[in-house]
Amino acid sequence: MSAQMVTSGLGSSAVLGEQFLTFILNDEEYGIDILRVQEIKGWEPATIIPNTPAYVLGVINLRGAIMPVIDLRLRFGFEAAEYSATTVVIVLRIKNPEGLERTMGFVVDGVSDVYNIPAGQLQPPPEFGGSIRTDYVKGLAMVEEKMVILLDADHLVATDMELGEPPEAEASTESALAE
Amino acid sequence: MASILAVDDSASMRQMVAFTLKGAGYDVTEAVDGQDALTKARSKQADVVLTDLNMPNMDGIQLIRELRKLPQYKFTPMLLLTTESAGDKKTEGKAAGATGWLVKPFNPEQLLATLKKVLG
Amino acid sequence: MSVDISQFHQVYFEESFEGLAAMESGLLGLSIGEPDSETINTIFRAAHSIKGGAGTFGFKTVTDFTHIMETLLDEMRSGQRMVTSDAVDLLLLSADQLGRLLVATRDKHDYDQDEFSTALHNLQTMLAGAPPEPEVAEVVDAPAQTATGWRVKFAPQPHLFMTGNDPARLLRELAALGPCMVTCDSSKVPAFGEFEAETCYLAWQIELNAAVPESAVQEVFEWVDNDAEIVINPILPAVPEVKAEKASVASADEKPSAARTEAPAIAEGASDANGAQAGSDDRRQTDRRQTERRSVERREPAGTGAAAATSIRVDVEKVDGLINFIGQLVITQSMLMAMSENFSLDDVEKLREGLAQLERNTRDLQENIMSIRMMPISFSFNRFPRLVRDLSSKLGKEVQLRLLGENTELDKTVMEKIGDPLVHLVRNALDHGLETPDVRVASGKPASGTLTLNAYHEGGNIVIEISDDGAGLNRQRILDKAREKGICGPTENPTDAQIYDYIFAAGFSTAAVVSDVSGRGVGMDVVRRNIKDLGGTVAVHSQPGVGAVFRIRLPLTLAILDGQLVRVGASVYIVPLIAIIESLQIDPNAVESISNQSEIYRLREEYLPVIRLREMLGSTQAPARLEDGLLVVVEVDGRKFALLVDELLGQQQVVVKSLQTNFRRVAGVSGATILGDGAVAMILDVGGIVRLCRERAADLPLLPPTARVA
Repeated sequence: MSAQMVTSGLGSSAVLGEQFLTFILNDEEYGIDILRVQEIKGWEPATIIPNTPAYVLGVINLRGAIMPVIDLRLRFGFEAAEYSATTVVIVLRIKNPEGLERTMGFVVDGVSDVYNIPAGQLQPPPEFGGSIRTDYVKGLAMVEEKMVILLDADHLVATDMELGEPPEAEASTESALAE
Repeated sequence: MASILAVDDSASMRQMVAFTLKGAGYDVTEAVDGQDALTKARSKQADVVLTDLNMPNMDGIQLIRELRKLPQYKFTPMLLLTTESAGDKKTEGKAAGATGWLVKPFNPEQLLATLKKVLG
Repeated sequence: MSVDISQFHQVYFEESFEGLAAMESGLLGLSIGEPDSETINTIFRAAHSIKGGAGTFGFKTVTDFTHIMETLLDEMRSGQRMVTSDAVDLLLLSADQLGRLLVATRDKHDYDQDEFSTALHNLQTMLAGAPPEPEVAEVVDAPAQTATGWRVKFAPQPHLFMTGNDPARLLRELAALGPCMVTCDSSKVPAFGEFEAETCYLAWQIELNAAVPESAVQEVFEWVDNDAEIVINPILPAVPEVKAEKASVASADEKPSAARTEAPAIAEGASDANGAQAGSDDRRQTDRRQTERRSVERREPAGTGAAAATSIRVDVEKVDGLINFIGQLVITQSMLMAMSENFSLDDVEKLREGLAQLERNTRDLQENIMSIRMMPISFSFNRFPRLVRDLSSKLGKEVQLRLLGENTELDKTVMEKIGDPLVHLVRNALDHGLETPDVRVASGKPASGTLTLNAYHEGGNIVIEISDDGAGLNRQRILDKAREKGICGPTENPTDAQIYDYIFAAGFSTAAVVSDVSGRGVGMDVVRRNIKDLGGTVAVHSQPGVGAVFRIRLPLTLAILDGQLVRVGASVYIVPLIAIIESLQIDPNAVESISNQSEIYRLREEYLPVIRLREMLGSTQAPARLEDGLLVVVEVDGRKFALLVDELLGQQQVVVKSLQTNFRRVAGVSGATILGDGAVAMILDVGGIVRLCRERAADLPLLPPTARVA
């Protein structure tokens, strides 16, 4: 895989392929299909939802809608970071397996860039050894000598919901980990 | 554009009639029965009255009879929306002062064609 | 112009189901032999409307079926047919069949052909074996094929104008058929002094030179048949060869017009399937708000296939009221706007007034909007006359049904969801509550029992009572059963109220014989759960030999609830007021600890389990000291619990928002709301909290002590 196969930046001429918004999480760069991004907003404190895993930070009022906010660091098992004025929430539209659309916010360390990544340039995720569970990963791509981990938004949350469904058991282990 | 008073107790029929007429550019007032129509006809002059026959409170024939008593509705075209099973009702309607009738079921095109007839 | 009429299908089905309900309640109310003509008229009108709409929308099976019902009803209406109980029964069954047919048509499902044929056959037989009226056949005019034109004499009667008909229009229409020669006869016009502007004095002779069928000419004058002398004579061709040629043209012309008048419904029906698709796509693009609303509705309950989209019919008065309130809001807004332009501190008082007005406007608007979702409970009560009639005859009981408070309004969603529990309670009362006539007479009661459904508003709630004057609940049998099932301990000595409450316990059934009326499949526990899911309560009161009353208390709407704001740790939660019995300060002497694990609070003569909300809600703060907090006493399943909170804040109405829209169900939480400062607060589900508490208590020994606190 070579760097020039991949164009960077919004201003570059459109190349057939998907556009990805990338963000930084624990010094790694992750990408998400830009069509799923509804907006990017600053961090604000969320109202806690009782008896949910620690990575579910709570819900916020997004123009009258009740939107859950998920800390991706905690979701992926990284160390918790302090939330500051520069902490960013990426608001994504995701579909569950039944096709219902949900809006959820994801807390990340910072937004990085937008890349055009042709579908052919995606490498399958490694079978094991990665820092996150591979079923959220759509593939890997090299951009300007850096590796970008492309996430599957729908799958991320669908799995999330399954994990969260019987809240009691999951909640106690997860929060124990977080503390 | 001509102003039309559409009277029917059936919401679907009334909406279809109103929608069709509005789409053709007419100014439509809807009424749910004879009583309602009479009130609305008094407060706003209609150029044509389209009324269903069977309605609660006041039926179409009685409505036409009442409207014809009003000086401003002496010559106004009034059409009955009837079913063919009500043959003698046509005669009764005519006697009450109906201009004509449109036989149900009708489609929007037929409705507009009939209306054009009376509006000239 | 082409109009997609499929967009009116939904309205048609809604009004047809309403019509069916009206038909049914009318039929049930008919007294055999001496029927009330207005009632028959109402029933007839319902059938007539369903048929009329079906014709327009091309639902031919519905049209044909309803046509026979309508004919029967018409005969009853005009006194040609006796209103017998057989006829009423048949019409009731036919109404049921029509309902199924409408549902199948709406959902584009198949219906049971055999069942339908039987119903149709029965109706036809009732019509004295007469076959259904033949369709009006287009009569082909033999002379029309030979005539090359028509000579028409049109001599209107003087009153023609008074029917709204205009001779000029008729002439124009005739001219549209082909070239006309018109001669006007003005011989009857009087001298100027006697002339009346409103009278028609003229007559016409028209020669129409077009080989159209005679029916086309007749059609032009159809409306003025009795208001004018009309004579139509054919103009016969001079040369026979021309005749043949013209005739073929005529018949070719004739076909399309005949097809148009005869088969609009069919053609319309055929184009519907495509039209519906295209039409709804268009709307989706042009009206985003509507699309959003639809998708929200689709997200709601898992309805039955295509029928899932719902709508409400709203009284025009309510809409007018809404517009009025919006108008006031706009005025207030512009007033405040104007004030802000040159604001000085002297205006503070005016500003305060303006804001008070704004608050009033908002409240009015809110109440008005809520009222749009409100419907009278009669929509739900309406099904019971039929149900009671059918069931009581099956059970061999005599029952009088009394419906009270039918105009009491409640939210449409609440009403839809309370339907099944109500049916269950009514079946139960008929089956188990009311006695057979001989038993009743033996115990000195009238042979006929009374079942009363009553609805009324009480403090922001709707109360529905189902009461009967039957035998009442059998205290001893319930107690025995509860002991047998282990619901009640062998040494426990429950009060009457507690015993009666056992019938709502899971798996409880006292029916000596399992009947096919109330059956054994669904128990009272399901009834209570359904009611609880709506944020309501149900309780039973019984007096042996006198009867039983089931009292259901429900919030008027699911969209708004009256809440008590409480602070738990650092968070604000909302406890629905409907669940709260009282709130109190803690008397440390009244607290008792059981084996260092659970606490009991002694309130007057009762012992209430204490639920520490900080722990239940996973607050990160250390457990509060009991005496620093307050207790909120709530009732769940007839038992009282004390919730420990840190602080009582205000009470307010909150708009309920679902957590499931963007997240999922959360145990112990029924939803969320947005407070005045824009922050989100969770609304607690008290029953869920108690369940959660029980589950955790069961888990307790398995967990290390530290995990409990987290």
